[in-house]
Amino acid sequence: MIESCENLLLVQAEFDGELDAAQSAALVAHRAQCLVCQKATQALQRLRTEIRCDAPHHRLPADLRARLLRGRPVSRAAWRGGALSFVVGAALAASVMLFVLPTVQPPGLADAVLAGHLRSLQPGHLEDVVSTDQHSVKPWFDGRLDFAPPVKDLAAEGFLLEGGRLDYMNERPVAALVYGRALHKINLFVWPSAEPDRATEDLARNGYNLVHWQAGGMTFWAVSDLEKDELDSFARQWRQES
Amino acid sequence: MAERDAERDFKTAILPHLDAAYNLARWLMRNPEDAEDVMQDAVVRALTYFAGFRGANPRGWFLQIVRNAAYASMKVNQGLRLVQLASGTDDEPGFGTLGIELADTGDDPESALLKSRSQQNIERLLAALPPELREAIVLRELEELSYKEISQITETPIGTVMSRLWRARRLLAETARREDMQ
Repeated sequence: MIESCENLLLVQAEFDGELDAAQSAALVAHRAQCLVCQKATQALQRLRTEIRCDAPHHRLPADLRARLLRGRPVSRAAWRGGALSFVVGAALAASVMLFVLPTVQPPGLADAVLAGHLRSLQPGHLEDVVSTDQHSVKPWFDGRLDFAPPVKDLAAEGFLLEGGRLDYMNERPVAALVYGRALHKINLFVWPSAEPDRATEDLARNGYNLVHWQAGGMTFWAVSDLEKDELDSFARQWRQES
Repeated sequence: MAERDAERDFKTAILPHLDAAYNLARWLMRNPEDAEDVMQDAVVRALTYFAGFRGANPRGWFLQIVRNAAYASMKVNQGLRLVQLASGTDDEPGFGTLGIELADTGDDPESALLKSRSQQNIERLLAALPPELREAIVLRELEELSYKEISQITETPIGTVMSRLWRARRLLAETARREDMQ
């Protein structure tokens, strides 16, 4: 079957209303002479009719809309804390809380850390510099950040340094170090902070585990789908390694 | 005070697009439970980033967040192996002939039956497309978005959007015709 024509993508673009008047006129003139393009146009129209008539346009169920807006905890996703009004308040209050309660992390931050972790798992987003060598990861950050993040090699402890990346968190650019353990990834977010040193604090969000600590003028957030014990061990090794 | 304003701004920007967002989540996840989780996740993410949103297109912005949440969820549920229609690559505008035979529907019971069968068919065929083709078709045909908006939401060049739409339509048309002939 030799039923092809180099203008088929133009036929489609005309059909989708994406051509300007001149392009459209040229295409119409061509189509008058081209059986392939005529048949394609008919087929596109038939398919559109069928999809728009028969494929459901799913409407947001009223109860889910209410839950999203009122923020009543929901059975299946209760742990998400998806309460809109609560989260709005928490996110907006975060900056205020920094002053009122200087030793407590704003609640929005753990969500931002988790979002950063999930974002990094999108294809091609994990690392900007791919290296298992701390001596090439660390210099990569030079000139990209206004601070020098500590980079440690924990291969001996079973956490393989895979690379690094820039991210944006807490209203500033931050360093993200990526470690692997078996098939699991750990993102360690690091940025400078004037807060005093603090021991590790464990959090859980959406089935992910987070560990937060503060040391040497830096804030650290580790996040992973690893078991809590393993992530704790990662944090412990990191803090011991000198 | 400022808090109230920000909450109101957020709702003004996002509320009109919740249906479109849910439709996309529902088609990507292919079941109401996962679509609900994705919506919860997307609203939390949107809230987190709303303060930094300066664009003129809140629908595109929110749909992009929903899409990312859906892909993150699919990635987490990697155990799920999906049955997909075979598809070519993004650079291939290549082409068998598009052709789809629609039942000629009148008002008699038999054509009503045929129609419900065709409804199931197109839904099933759409659901069987690979996600990057499925989302292109859903955004174009059901949400009636422009190539440019689809390109923004899917973070994909417009040329790729065009070839994905073409591949999706070719697959749908060919598969539907093959099933009709059986």
